[in-house]
Formats: sequence, C-alpha cells, structure tokens
Amino acid sequence: MQVYLDNASTTKMSKAAIAAMTPVFEEVYGNPSSLHTMGQRAKEVLEEARATVAKCLGANANEIYFTSGGSEADNQAIVSAGKIGARKGKKHIITTAFEHHAVLHTLKKLEQEGFEVEYLPVGRAGNITAKQVEAAIREDTCLVTTMIANNEIGSILPIAEIGKVCREKKVLFHTDAVQGVGHIPVNVDEMNIDMLSLSAHKFHGPKGVGVLYAKKGVVLSNIIEGGAQERGKRAGTENVAGVVGLAAALKEATEGLEVNMKKISALRDRLIAGLLPIPHSVLNGDKNSRLPGNVHFCFEGIEGESLLLLLDEYGVEGSSGSACTSGSLDPSHVLLAIGHPHEIAHGSLRLTLSEYTTEKEIDYAIEVVRNVVERLRAMSPIWRDKVSGKKPFIL
Amino acid sequence: MALYSEKVMDHFRNPRNVGILEDANGIGEVGNAKCGDIMKIYLKIEDDIVKDVRFETFGCGSAIASSSMATEMIKGKPLKDALALTNKAVAEALDGLPAHKMHCSVLAEEAIKRAILDYYKRKGLPYDEETFREAECCHETE
Repeated sequence: MQVYLDNASTTKMSKAAIAAMTPVFEEVYGNPSSLHTMGQRAKEVLEEARATVAKCLGANANEIYFTSGGSEADNQAIVSAGKIGARKGKKHIITTAFEHHAVLHTLKKLEQEGFEVEYLPVGRAGNITAKQVEAAIREDTCLVTTMIANNEIGSILPIAEIGKVCREKKVLFHTDAVQGVGHIPVNVDEMNIDMLSLSAHKFHGPKGVGVLYAKKGVVLSNIIEGGAQERGKRAGTENVAGVVGLAAALKEATEGLEVNMKKISALRDRLIAGLLPIPHSVLNGDKNSRLPGNVHFCFEGIEGESLLLLLDEYGVEGSSGSACTSGSLDPSHVLLAIGHPHEIAHGSLRLTLSEYTTEKEIDYAIEVVRNVVERLRAMSPIWRDKVSGKKPFIL
Repeated sequence: MALYSEKVMDHFRNPRNVGILEDANGIGEVGNAKCGDIMKIYLKIEDDIVKDVRFETFGCGSAIASSSMATEMIKGKPLKDALALTNKAVAEALDGLPAHKMHCSVLAEEAIKRAILDYYKRKGLPYDEETFREAECCHETE
C-alpha cells in the first residue's frame, strides 16, 4: 500500500487543474504580449485567471502578480517593503522565529544591508499573538512579515488580528500564506493583509507558479528585470498554462474549502489519536489552531531520516523536520524555536494529508509508524540507556 | 531511494548483528545525540579473534548501514584486522556513501577502535597510543 502523506511538500494535481491547462498548451499557446489573435487569446485566459484568483482572495485583479512560486513572491514582497522603508529611513522589520527559509534568508540579506530584524519567539505551543507584534512595532518599523500557518508544525497564526494591529499602526504587513491558501479561509481585505505570497502546487495546482498579492498603493520593486509583463513588476513571458492551472485549482479549493476542512480535520484527528499512545513522543504545534492536514510528532530515541526511510519501505511517504537529508547536521530551526533540544528535534515526523487521503490509508499509516518507531528504538543505544534508567527521558 | 546504493539500503533494511552482547569484553561508543548519531559496538574477543560482535545505532540510514557493514567486516577476523578497518573500506563495501554521509563510516571505524581500546584497557594489555588517538579524543558522548 502506498500512502502519500507529504502534502505540505507538494500535492497531486487536481483533475480540474489538468483539464484547465491542457487546452492552453494545445490551443492557446500564444505569447500574451503578441498582438495577433493567438497572442490576445492567451492574454485573455491570463486575465481571466487573474480575476479568478483575485476573487478567491478578496482582492482586485490589478493587485495580483503572477510569479514562479511562493519563494519568489516572498523575496519580492520583503525586498519591496525594505526599499519602501529605507526611503523613509525606516529599517526595522518584525517577523517570527519559525518562518520559511524563503523569508528568513531574504531577511538575512536585508540585515547585511543594515536592516534590523526582530524575530518574535514562538514558545512551546508554536504560535505568536497580535499583542507580541503590537509590542514590537516601533517608529522605524517598515514591515511585519509572519506566515499564515507554519509549514512544519501546522500552527495557524492569528493573521486577522496581526493585520488589524499593523493597519492601526500604519505598518506594511506581508504574510507568507503558502501553507494556508486553499486550506483555510484567507481574505486579504477582511484580514488587513497588504502583501501575500502563495504557491499553486500546495493546493493541487502545478509547480513553478505562484502569486504575490500587493495591495493597491504598495510599490513593488523588481526581482527579475526585463520586459513589461505583470505591469512591469515581473519580467518574463507569462507561464500561461501554469497560471490557468493555478486559478482552476484555487477556485476548486476555495469552493470546496468548508467540506474539505471538515473531512481532512477528522482524518487528521484520527491520525493524531492513533500516534499519541506511542510512549515518549510529543505532538508539536498549536493544539487548537492547527492546519486541517497537519500532523507533526517528535519521537524520543530515534532519528528522523532512518524513520522516513523505513516508513517508505512500507509505502508511507512522510517528511521530517530534520535537515539530515539536505546535507546539514542541524535539526529544524522550527523545532529548536519551539524549545526542543537537538536530540528531540532530530526525531521528528511530519505527515500531511489532503482531501484525497482515505481513512484506510490513515489506519495503515498508524500501524506502520507504531511498528517502525518500535523497531528503530530497539536498535538505539540512547533508547536503551533511557529505558534502563542510565539517562533520563526528555519526553 | 536514489540517495543511497542498493547495498546501503539492504544493510539498512536488514541490519546484521544488531543488539547487545551480554558477555562483551570490549565496548565502544561514539557520537552524540546533539548531532543525531550515536554508535555503540560490543565485541567478544578470544585468542585475538573477534569471536562475536553486535551494534546499536541511533542515527540516519547510512549510520545504521555503516554499523551493520562494519560488524560484518570484522566478525570472525583477527583483532589486528579489525583494528586496521578504515572508514573508506566500510564506505567502499557499501558501494559508496553520499559525500555528506561519509562521517557515518568514520563513526563505524572509531566505534570499533574504541571497543578494542576498551578491551585492551580491561585486560591491562599494552597498546600503541597513536592508533587510538582519534578514538580517544573525538566524539565525546554528552
């Protein structure tokens, strides 16, 4: 049995998205910048897609900029806000300790350029409050950037409240909404969001295409220079088919949001309930405000990569907070941010669901995870030391 | 998975010589939990022969595979051969390891050296300090 539980990494494309894209490849292959009929037809489908996306987000079509994905949108939003701030002598930015690297690494670059970045602590529960943001805002704050939901531990942040605070204090507010859009209600107008990043492949759309929403009046700086596409803010011939796929997937996800949230949350809770009995383990992330599809555990005494590899042997495809496979020995910055010691952070497992996940798959995954954790613990010297009382249990 | 060779995956899936030896007369542990790798080797040495060997490992797939392969390579062999086992030989026997995983084979070599050193010390036997320089100073367990 193959059980794909890595939907926070990427998702299977929906039939609706594929069906929307196919004719674009075959019949509407023009360049939207061309004057001839084929070009103008491509321009039409591009603008239709823009209108669809705007409607789903509560935005206006002229506030939607298509990008190559969430990372590019994050980069452009933060760099733009930095430039706007610097012109006014404001070089203080507020963010959280557990942002995605697309945000953190862009902020690191700004720090090298003389910006001061404040990383709000997320605590053991793995969340922040609007009060924390309010207390951190200064006269020279030019940007607050917080994710809408954490990609590893699934906590949903109080974005509407943070947006309200930022609006009151007249500070630009960007949210990396890559994990939220299509999964939880997102409305840029109601939530007072000035800039938002999203990525199509997180909600059953194609890879390599995303959106930067920038509220009217927010002046964007270019990351990619060239032609005048995207109202001069993002050069390069538009990924028309990708954009159409993004819009179709977003429309479908938005329309099915309520039903899917209910269905996926129930499966998530079944999976959590099935894994909680594993001794010396912990469920990470906000217990109350959690993405419908996110389950994230740390298991004491074992290491994440071997856990993933062995799960894969049984067909269960998950992911880990561990950066082990990426060549670094440092465990996840998110798990360190919520206060886990390195040893615990190494033993992490993230299982993320979608509307295609079935109850049968969840029950199988529970059984496999339980067995695999037990098997790895049985060969772990650190586990033996804990069981024999030579070393204390942490969890 | 393409990350690892079929040999690595075989030793990871079906690790040889897992567990402990109640009557071990040489035990070596290297690595630390902070880095996500701990390897422990149990040796039963008789007449300068590695009569039996077991391992326990907390770590990634290649750490488990490296321990398994290393124990296979020294089992039943003269002590001097076990002492001469290099991390390179372990990695080669596994049909190679990704560059950032080579330290797993180093851990295996050092865990064996440490277990042999433990044996020498228990027996009060003389040993060449230079041989165990690495095993003595590196990878202090927390």
